Amino acid sequence: MLTVETLDLFYGDAQALDGVSLTAGQGEIVAIVGANGAGKSSLIRSVHGMQTPSAGRVTFKGADITGWPSHRVCELGVGHVAEGRQIFPNLSVLENLEMGATLKRARGAMAATLRRVMALFPRLDERRRQAAGTLSGGEQQMLAIGRCLMGQPEMIMFDEPSLGLSPTMTQEVFRVIRALHEDGMTILLVEQNVMASLKLAQRGYVLENGRVVLEGTGQALLDSDRVRQAYLGL
Amino acid sequence: MLTDIVQATIMGLLTGMVYGLMALGLSVIFGVMRVVNFAHGEMMVVGMYLAWLLFERAGIDPLLAVPLVAAALFAAGYGLQRGLINPFINVAEHMQFMLLLALSIIIVNLCLLIAGPDTHGVQVDYMFDSYALGPFTFDAVRVYAALAAMAIAFLLYLFFTRTRIGKSIRAAADNHTGALVVGLDVPRLYALTFGVGAACVGAAGALMILVVQAQPFLAIDYTLLAFVIVIVGGLGSMPGALAGGLLIGVSESLAGLLIQPSLKSVFSFGLLILVLLLRPQGLFTRRG
Ligand SMILES: Nc1ncnc2c1ncn2[C@@H]1O[C@H](COP(=O)(O)OP(=O)(O)OP(=O)(O)O)[C@@H](O)[C@H]1O
Ligand SMILES: [Mg+2]
Repeated sequence: MLTVETLDLFYGDAQALDGVSLTAGQGEIVAIVGANGAGKSSLIRSVHGMQTPSAGRVTFKGADITGWPSHRVCELGVGHVAEGRQIFPNLSVLENLEMGATLKRARGAMAATLRRVMALFPRLDERRRQAAGTLSGGEQQMLAIGRCLMGQPEMIMFDEPSLGLSPTMTQEVFRVIRALHEDGMTILLVEQNVMASLKLAQRGYVLENGRVVLEGTGQALLDSDRVRQAYLGL
Repeated sequence: MLTDIVQATIMGLLTGMVYGLMALGLSVIFGVMRVVNFAHGEMMVVGMYLAWLLFERAGIDPLLAVPLVAAALFAAGYGLQRGLINPFINVAEHMQFMLLLALSIIIVNLCLLIAGPDTHGVQVDYMFDSYALGPFTFDAVRVYAALAAMAIAFLLYLFFTRTRIGKSIRAAADNHTGALVVGLDVPRLYALTFGVGAACVGAAGALMILVVQAQPFLAIDYTLLAFVIVIVGGLGSMPGALAGGLLIGVSESLAGLLIQPSLKSVFSFGLLILVLLLRPQGLFTRRG
């Protein structure tokens, strides 16, 4: 479904990605693990066209999308639940969700998708007229996920969806991701909760200083010394 | 005397509604893109000249010319943003300033070239009509211009709250990264915003020609006036721009009555300085 080949990304002179390659098959959960500043978000933003890589190739559903602007990438079915949630604080909850469905691919079915999202997150339904900025952190994360679903994506890239959330809310986020997976969604998951994300994922990649240093099945990574020492503190 | 004051206040409110529409254009452009349109008064004057031309050459009443002028300014604003301003969106502010200043000088000189330095007004047949209400009289032209300005402001409100594109523009203003994340075509939305802002000020110009004669050098006055209104009302706030327009309209009108017409802008600038000193976020914004 998604193929990333030898991607390089620079911010000025600083290299954030160095020959990164990865794949995600249809219906797979693929975890990306790495310390702060390893380049996880940069990788996701490059796939999404929010950052322009200087070398390498990104293909999605067989189309070469390298260098495409983000709205065209979305239109092809790539969803993004971004770091920091990136909701629209002064727009109402409902308007935030509508903004997720401005894509041509999602406009027609908006009413039906909205019902599905509201059923998945009843809290959002209760607060539909409220300004999104007044929601709690957990509710804002639900909104970010719901807004992404409004675009009817075929693959979702989650960037630290449980950051700053309470344990109950974190569980809720993982529950939603598992449910999406069971519905056949392809998922790229960046999580600071390494144990939980590798348990959930079929495969994973370990990113250090912009390079993939290790890849394998979720279980293999959990068992590897490198992951146990650097990320699980065992 | 009291009658005179009330009368002047009403006149000021009517003119202020057109000022409000003009300032709304500036506020929309700034609120969404953080670009200060230093050519705003120039666009106003272009709107006045277009309405005058349509009246002189085709006999179209300025009130009916408003949609045409607004459409022309929309197209110009859209094209201008796409071609000229967009590459400057993320550069230092002084470079944006130079660009828009250059643009304003070009516009004024084109107006001079085409229409000359003389003033041009329109003689509509209801020019001297007025409505009487008790001891007060309202010039018909001012009443029509004010009502049209309010109607346009209301349409703008509907655009921003009811339409997909209007909401998308608000979303892009609210969170630029968020807009990219959900797949909004932000450069296109910016171009539309500049078009909408230009259409507002163009429409305000077409209405203003009913009460003021067009002249190229009015442009700088209107640019300053729009800034004063937007700062008094609160940067980027649409209701603030309208309320600021009314306030400045009234202050000009009262200054003209109580002091001297030629000193009317002293009042407005005095108000500006007071607001900057005491309430720099603007009079009509809730949050600082
Ligand atoms: N917009 C930017 N401009 C310049 N440098 C950046 C920018 N964004 C990220 N970087 C740098 O690129 C490197 C990778 O950052 P990135 O945000 O991709 O890391 P990350 O793995 O997502 O980290 P975190 O866990 O903190 O989110 C870091 O060194 C960071 O400082
Ligand atoms: Mg990150």
